[in-house]
Amino acid sequence: MAEIVLMRNFSRPDSHTLSAYRAAGGYAAWDKAREMEPTAITEEVKKANLRGLGGAGFPTGTKWSFIPKTHTGPVYLVVNADEGEPGTFKDRYLLERDPHALIEGMLIAARAIRCTLGFVYVRGEYVQPWRRFGTAVKEAYDAGLLGQGFDVVIHRGAGAYICGEETGLLSSLEGKKGWPKIKPPFPAIKGAFGQPTIVNNVETLCCVPPIITRGAEWFAGLGTKTQGGTRMYSVSGRVKQPAVYEAPVSITLRQLIEAAGGVSGTGRLKAVVPGGGSAAILTADEIDVAMDVDGLKTAGSMIGSAGVVVMDESVSIPEALMVLARFYAHESCGQCTPCRESTGWIYKMVHRIVEGRGRKEDLDTILDVAKRGAGTTICAFYDGAVGPYISYIEKFRGEFEALVPK
Amino acid sequence: MSESDGAPSTSNRTPADSHRLASGVEHPAASHGHASLSDPATTVFSEGQLAEVRRLQSLYPDPQGALLPVLHMAQETFGWISLDAEEYVAGLFGLSPAHVHEVVTFYTLYFRARPGRHVVSICHNLSCHLAGAPGIIEHAKRRLGIDAGETTPDGRVTLLAVECLCACEAAPMAQVDDRYELNLTPEKVDRLLEGLR
Repeated sequence: MAEIVLMRNFSRPDSHTLSAYRAAGGYAAWDKAREMEPTAITEEVKKANLRGLGGAGFPTGTKWSFIPKTHTGPVYLVVNADEGEPGTFKDRYLLERDPHALIEGMLIAARAIRCTLGFVYVRGEYVQPWRRFGTAVKEAYDAGLLGQGFDVVIHRGAGAYICGEETGLLSSLEGKKGWPKIKPPFPAIKGAFGQPTIVNNVETLCCVPPIITRGAEWFAGLGTKTQGGTRMYSVSGRVKQPAVYEAPVSITLRQLIEAAGGVSGTGRLKAVVPGGGSAAILTADEIDVAMDVDGLKTAGSMIGSAGVVVMDESVSIPEALMVLARFYAHESCGQCTPCRESTGWIYKMVHRIVEGRGRKEDLDTILDVAKRGAGTTICAFYDGAVGPYISYIEKFRGEFEALVPK
Repeated sequence: MSESDGAPSTSNRTPADSHRLASGVEHPAASHGHASLSDPATTVFSEGQLAEVRRLQSLYPDPQGALLPVLHMAQETFGWISLDAEEYVAGLFGLSPAHVHEVVTFYTLYFRARPGRHVVSICHNLSCHLAGAPGIIEHAKRRLGIDAGETTPDGRVTLLAVECLCACEAAPMAQVDDRYELNLTPEKVDRLLEGLR
């Protein structure tokens, strides 16, 4: 595979320490960026074609430029380290193995958006990554990197997938249950504590120092026309070497599965989840697709968090959908009726189908309920559930029907 | 603790509410009566902890931002979040106990009944499922003699089946207290459980 950018330090001894990070050239990007005009930093990130790596794939530099120019009060930077998308584990590696890359990315981003206070929202279950990152922040304070015009507060979550949704995260940061908020206003206009706020994913911000050091053209050149860089693909399920793999975003799904040692189990591929649990499933015939934002959109799915879950021929698709449907039923925050009700009922229906108690009309009912509810809720959670509901049933309908008593 | 905000006193609340773990599953110890007892004298932070509460509150533009961290502190100190603890924390923030209850009940990591001395959370989401999580969970249930969501009668282990913990490369996996335990096999589960005292 080509150039390693994000995982470049992972194999260094004590890569999580400031001294190791510095020895590998760390904080040189910050030294450069602190001499740059804030708008020049944003322009560089725009030119690099960096797109958000948490799920939505929004152009990062463009997001930064949404902070109102006329705003005179505080602006906040919030890092989304609430990793929770089924099949995704990349941010855990960054927090544990290269926490200073995130701190450096935050420093640069904060300068670009003229922000003096940043929050890092770490999922509550990530106790070790939280401690590791906390130690790095303390090192950065002691070294005078932080506390000189930019402060970082680490905020530990308490177990709720919905807090990975940026406005749900902000509610949680404000000391409330993690209910998403209606957009607009977008967080860049009115976010944390009512102030303009940029919410960026961990991996996204870790891309920023290399962009500043090596230039936007270099970064853009690593990827496709519409998305620059490499990214970290979490590959799990039925592959021989499940792990996190860094590759240019132009890599195809087929190449990625090969890089992970190929299909395990029966060795014959049945289906792949290309972008975390909420991405529509792809069949074995659909894997010659570029793993960037636009490539998967064209294929009718989404790259999301780039969590790739591989299923060999022995995997039961109805059972896989049941597991995901249970997840959505458990994690729906309960705010919007279509999501709260549908996720529960659809889980019940898929569950009874898997148990051989399904009714003939169940599949059409699920599809009908899923399609009617899509796009009617405050946040994208339900749309993320609808992707699997519809694609698993439409692409593998025979497998579901075989379980329904005649 | 103040009653001035009109919140009901602890004694008016339904005791059944405090018998439930965060997972919503009935806590077996609760039916024996001892898990729901909370001694009000213990639901108080030390002076040092109160200073830490004030420090946490000062980190946020609005002190309420510190609610989740302070609830984590409360759970570490008291072992779980009782209704008394909710009311106490509410008082530290000038919030209604109802608001704190709403927050506590929203998140899975706050326990609303005393959990076992160790909490074993086995992931049952997609990648772990494909790697045999159902068998691992069944094995743990048999070994412990309890269902998922329950605590062993000796108060040693609470067993939970949980959603994706994001260590899918090492499925099946579990969180045992603060640690991630990876690539589980029935034998590894046995060793882990035996190590929990």
